[in-house]
Amino acid sequence: MAAAGPLLDSFWQSLLTLVFFYAFMGLTWNLMMSAGLLSLGHGLFLGLGAYATAVFTATGGLSPWISILIGAAISAVAGSAIAWIGGRFSVRGVQFALLTIAFAELARVLFDNWDFVGSTGGFFLKAINPDTNRPLLTLRGGTLFFYLAFVLITAGAYFLIRALMASRWGYRWRGINEDEDAARALGVPALRSKVLVVAISAGLAGVGGGLFGFLQGSLFPDSIMGLRISIEVLIAPIIGGVGSLFGPIVGAFFVVPLMEGSNVLGQRMGFYGLNTMIYGAVILGVIAFLPDGIWPRIVRFVAARRS
Amino acid sequence: MTKRAIPSRRDLLATGAGALATSILPRPVFSQGAPVKVGVILYLSGVQAFMGQQTRKGNDFGAKVVKEAGGPAMEFIYGDAESKPENGRIVAERLIREGCTLLIGTNDSGSTISVAQAAEAAKIPFLINIASAPQITEQGFTQIFRNFTPAGTLVGNAVARIKELGATTGVEPKTAVILHVNDTFGQGIMKGVDVLWDKQQVPIKILDRIGYDVRARDLSVEVAKAKAVGADLLMPITRVSDAILIIREMVKQNWSPMGIISPGSPGPYEKAFTDALGKYGDGYMSCVPWYNPTNKRAREIASRFEKEMDARFDLNAVFAFEAVEIAADAIKRAKSNEPAAIHAALKTTDIADHISYGGPIRFDEKGQNNNIGVVMLQNQNGKPVVVSPADASEAKAVFPFVPFDKR
Amino acid sequence: MTALYLNVISGGILIGVVYALIALGLTIIFGVMRVVNFAHGEMVVIGMYIGYGLWSAFKLPPWMLAPVAAALLFALGYALQLGIVNAFIDRPQHAQFVLFISFALMITGLHLALFGPDSWPIQMVESMQSYTIGPVRLDVLRSQAALMALLLIIGLMLFLRFSTLGRSIRAAADNLIGAQVIGIRVRKVYAVTAGIGMACAGAAGALIAPIFDTQPFLATDFTLIAFIIVIVGGLGSLTGALLGGVLIGLSEALAALMISPALKTTFSYALLVLVLLLRPNGLFGEPER
Repeated sequence: MAAAGPLLDSFWQSLLTLVFFYAFMGLTWNLMMSAGLLSLGHGLFLGLGAYATAVFTATGGLSPWISILIGAAISAVAGSAIAWIGGRFSVRGVQFALLTIAFAELARVLFDNWDFVGSTGGFFLKAINPDTNRPLLTLRGGTLFFYLAFVLITAGAYFLIRALMASRWGYRWRGINEDEDAARALGVPALRSKVLVVAISAGLAGVGGGLFGFLQGSLFPDSIMGLRISIEVLIAPIIGGVGSLFGPIVGAFFVVPLMEGSNVLGQRMGFYGLNTMIYGAVILGVIAFLPDGIWPRIVRFVAARRS
Repeated sequence: MTKRAIPSRRDLLATGAGALATSILPRPVFSQGAPVKVGVILYLSGVQAFMGQQTRKGNDFGAKVVKEAGGPAMEFIYGDAESKPENGRIVAERLIREGCTLLIGTNDSGSTISVAQAAEAAKIPFLINIASAPQITEQGFTQIFRNFTPAGTLVGNAVARIKELGATTGVEPKTAVILHVNDTFGQGIMKGVDVLWDKQQVPIKILDRIGYDVRARDLSVEVAKAKAVGADLLMPITRVSDAILIIREMVKQNWSPMGIISPGSPGPYEKAFTDALGKYGDGYMSCVPWYNPTNKRAREIASRFEKEMDARFDLNAVFAFEAVEIAADAIKRAKSNEPAAIHAALKTTDIADHISYGGPIRFDEKGQNNNIGVVMLQNQNGKPVVVSPADASEAKAVFPFVPFDKR
Repeated sequence: MTALYLNVISGGILIGVVYALIALGLTIIFGVMRVVNFAHGEMVVIGMYIGYGLWSAFKLPPWMLAPVAAALLFALGYALQLGIVNAFIDRPQHAQFVLFISFALMITGLHLALFGPDSWPIQMVESMQSYTIGPVRLDVLRSQAALMALLLIIGLMLFLRFSTLGRSIRAAADNLIGAQVIGIRVRKVYAVTAGIGMACAGAAGALIAPIFDTQPFLATDFTLIAFIIVIVGGLGSLTGALLGGVLIGLSEALAALMISPALKTTFSYALLVLVLLLRPNGLFGEPER
């Protein structure tokens, strides 16, 4: 996939950058789901990473490599705190999902009113000069750079999560997902397991956010940590297949071109609103007819063919 | 209700196939003589669609007027960024791929930066028509040209208008309270007010500033709080829906200060506002960039626009229209549809006769036009009219304004 | 100063009652089906457009239009439930979530396509009027909306308590298997419940149409405020929704007055977090059996 990058023109590189951004975010979101934790506030982790990376680089003058790690750490700490609070007070199910929304919205309002990060006025990054810029130093570049960067972190996240799921923690998370009380009875340290899974998920999301902020060039609390982005990042993994490791990637390859296609169609028709109608209708069709998502269905189909 | 033909299913399929086909085809080469493709990026759907769709009308009308006047052949291709900043970049890439050699847009600072990055990488000039964040031109982009006032300049000019008001009417308000929306735009204006108020020694003391969330739908408490301050003037910084809410609450709470003057924001001059409030919308003043009603051509354009587009020729429409004229002027002088030639022509733009109020349109080395003026509008008989400065006025300011309970 | 406080408090309570009606719809659907309607705000917006349309066609005061909007939304909710949502009752939460998000996207898109992005204001004499009682000034439209909302809430509670259908709804909420055993047709009960839930949203929409000008993108805020109320009041509890609505309306108004308007939603979210942690079943909810 990465090798095909240079062959594509910059429109396709940009589109695939968005595909891999959603694939990456979907992987991190799906990781929390493996422990049964439904996050409706993933924009918080994305936004914290984005803001920390941008602010430490632009205002703090640190290397973006260090800033992005700081961003990941801040996100991970925020994630752990939410997981700990949720676990400690046994907030589960839909209540936990609402807890994540509440924290994300609290953070958004805080950032909206925080002058140091530009408040609602926004935080702006300097333009990069395409001729003199060195992407590996600035972590910013043209479309090809961001495309490759998101492919790499998606691949990295995929293998990391695969290894985690095969480790003893992976079994613990699945155990909690199936029946938390039973898992506890069997000696699974439920609180610690949950804090760990959310910390990893949030930390990774922070890395994705850091790069996404660089891609954007300007940050606004509403668009980078608001409810809209929190919802958008979870559609791809659900459509792709929540239970599966590869599902979020497949989902992103389905959802992003779908958004782009319905946008172009709505635009050509001069019929604004058609874009979200098509998008909603297709999602409804997928969730109604492929209950487990696209990828598990493909896997089953291939398996049935073979046997 | 909006008139719009519902497309048939066959149309839908045909266009869908067409859209797919064009997006797979490779990027066309530039050819001489063909119309210049101009990409227009706006928020046409999503939360901020109301501004994008207003802007689109100005753009459409500009295209029509330029064509009638025998201007250079231009083909406008619209791109909808769906009120998502991250879409700015991708829509820009798509338009560049379809052969656009000039981009125009956007309504929002986030998507403007997003587009500017794509334009910078592809070396395609980008003419910014509405976005007002001061930072946009400070980031070192080389492809951008902005024919709109950054928030700070806007406030600076607005302050001059407010001072003039005291001088011409002989009524000197002493105190003011600010009610402002807490979004990118409102924040920019507030910063401008903070800096300039002391610097220009405005003799009006700001007693309190009350911010509210951009999504607030209920401003009863905010207005009650502002009323309790007891200031001579209310200075609102709003969007249109909150401006309507504020006036309704003021009428209900029976609060008529000496005047309502916005130091630069949308709202009162919009059709939605005057339609919704009728006689209660009168008297509200706002300092904004506007068309120059003493310019004959501007007046004609405005009245034609209102008839033909069934909308008011307001700020969004004016600057969308003017961007098309600037583009036409540059393309004509560039004598080419090469982006570099258009860029060079834009650099040397110098248009003295234009419809907006202000000096000649020229772009400085950062791409900013610093000659855009600001007029003071006042709603009179359900329509915004220019009441200041003297060289652009259509009517005399009514100040202090008529209390709500005497209307 | 007292007058200011009294005005703010009464305004907060009035709008809180209307919020309560929205929240009631959400909570009743959850109580019976354990399904969270993430498209609830969109239903409110449909109600607002219905209110606007009826007002501009017949020039009737909006509080009279609420029953019409309720009836139309009941039909929509009933049809959606039988047609689609029933198949999702036993699906995991995230699947239900995406289902409702897809509804929300389609409804918002349809509103934008049909009515455009601009606000549709209802302008009438009452828009600018208020009742004056001693030092207190009561907004006419808000008072009418709150009164009508209260009547609808009381009517709904009486219906659930005393009618046969209402009793079977409550039976299904309390004990699903038991309800099936005694012969209640659960699918139909679900459809009626969804209809009632969305009717609440629609009625509330028609009531607030003259207060908040109608446009396609208001929905998320209504959904969120309904959630906050429902959690604070107790998920599934009807009295909780009513009291929670008033509490949230009141606390947002007071927070705006005493702290800062820009932070008033923060106050609600903070309250939500506290309730989730300290009283997971809500301030007025019954503990799980």
